[in-house]
Amino acid sequence: MARIAGIDLPKNKRGEIGLTYIYGVGRSAAREILERCEIDVNVKVGEWTDEQANQIRTIITEEYKTEGELRSEVQLNIKRLMDIGCYRGLRHRKGLPVRGQRTKNNTRTRKGKRKTVANKKKATK
Amino acid sequence: MARSLKKGPFVEYTLEKKVLTMNEGVKKSVIKTWSRRSMITPDFVGHTFAVHNGNKFIPVYVTENMVGHKLGEFAPTRNFRGHAAKKDKGRK
Repeated sequence: MARIAGIDLPKNKRGEIGLTYIYGVGRSAAREILERCEIDVNVKVGEWTDEQANQIRTIITEEYKTEGELRSEVQLNIKRLMDIGCYRGLRHRKGLPVRGQRTKNNTRTRKGKRKTVANKKKATK
Repeated sequence: MARSLKKGPFVEYTLEKKVLTMNEGVKKSVIKTWSRRSMITPDFVGHTFAVHNGNKFIPVYVTENMVGHKLGEFAPTRNFRGHAAKKDKGRK
């Protein structure tokens, strides 16, 4: 179906939502793009004409940083922080939260699955 | 909240003065400072600062990449050495 920025868009979703399947395009960017192409946000992806799809495609490829390119930029930013040895870099290295959140509990997204400690007292986990 | 752009970056006045005089002269020396809150400006590049972490001074060699960060970001104030041996944790 509509293939933009190397991603197949789901054809039975509304355009506004469908576009967010592209890494680097969120709700607000999707709306903005559709508005500029004068396509209603409620029109399903599969109902776009080829002409409309092309219009969207050119806007995205020319003005937005998406997918691989964007991912590598993010990775480079993180790498820079790690290389200069600043506090945020150290937190990235250790896989702990970077923005000052508590680490007494929670933060499972950053820390990953619980690593149970053998000798701990019968804990109420 | 981020600092207003209108004000420009904050650098401790005395520290900035020291750096600028050192930039004019040839000799370089380590600058001891407690001013962790000072932003690193492009003038600072190539100097070494001894930044206080509350206990001792941590030497920080400033490179170009560090511009825009604060000096304190490079001198950690806490040193986590892992948990006590009995309930030792497998935290990297």
